[in-house]
Amino acid sequence: MAACTILDPMTMATADEHAAQEFSSVVASHRPQIFRFLLASTRDVDLAETLTQECFLKAHRNWSSFRGDSSAMTWLMRIAINLQKDHWRNRRMQFWRQTRTNSVDLDEASDWLPSGESSQETRLLARERVSQVWSAVEGLSERQRTVFLLRYVEELELSEIAHTTGLSEGTVKAHLSRALARVRAELGGKR
Amino acid sequence: MTWKPKWKPGWTSRAEEPAEIEASDPALKQALGDFKASMRAWSGAAYNRPRAVQSIVVHRSWQLAAGWSLAAVLLAGTMSGGLYEHHQRVVASRIAAAHKAEQERQAAAQRALDKAQQEDDVLASVDADVSREVPSAMEPLAQLTDEGDSK
Repeated sequence: MAACTILDPMTMATADEHAAQEFSSVVASHRPQIFRFLLASTRDVDLAETLTQECFLKAHRNWSSFRGDSSAMTWLMRIAINLQKDHWRNRRMQFWRQTRTNSVDLDEASDWLPSGESSQETRLLARERVSQVWSAVEGLSERQRTVFLLRYVEELELSEIAHTTGLSEGTVKAHLSRALARVRAELGGKR
Repeated sequence: MTWKPKWKPGWTSRAEEPAEIEASDPALKQALGDFKASMRAWSGAAYNRPRAVQSIVVHRSWQLAAGWSLAAVLLAGTMSGGLYEHHQRVVASRIAAAHKAEQERQAAAQRALDKAQQEDDVLASVDADVSREVPSAMEPLAQLTDEGDSK
């Protein structure tokens, strides 16, 4: 005998409401982190905001298919990475758009330091170090940069990075090691 | 035959773990910490900045409007240039056709005139010839008249 479950409209409406509330809380808790990752990847505030919007729009459309196999953060980060990849791919195709890039230069990106009580000299040294790291990040491959930013800005564990990027943990480690070697070389070269 | 990568300076026989690299280099650790703090400060400021949606929209719509206007002007210029060129060609071809038709008409008129002149000349010469000759039908009568006169 086939079991037939009929949901009454009241129950369905309640379920929809619940899903909407759940999604709202996910947006509220993860939006700054997604924005930060996209900002670090693009160095363009407007573009990062646009891609963040697109990320949550896409997530909203597919929220019903999110089964919770991974954390919501990992799922959202994967969407963000794919959107960012798509964006650069389209950008390459539409080459004339490259002249309209709004990415800030490395010096401007290095200007941002937490407002602490440190001395002027300490801040200058910190700015120099941040500039060197940006310079090294600029020279990384797309995949290395993504892995590096997920580890050292978003502080994800290697397993989480592997899950987010779809790479094995070994590959993530290899990318990170190469990225760190590059940063170290940049720091060493100017030390 | 197995592929062996070329050795490069700085390569070690075993890939170092990221955690090992961090731990072995305090300067690197410090730099990574500064980078993270900087990125967080920038992101926080950008995320919480007051969004001047109005001004951005106005600014962008102004740019958009200027872009569209320029595009429209260029399109209109190109199209009107093309149309003007086309019009010029049509007018020139019309003038040429009219000129040719006029020439043909004049030539035809001239031919008709020449033909009429030729016909007139022929008729005139025929008339002259006819008037000079004595009609053969009247010949015997003329002879009779002459004979009668002589008798």
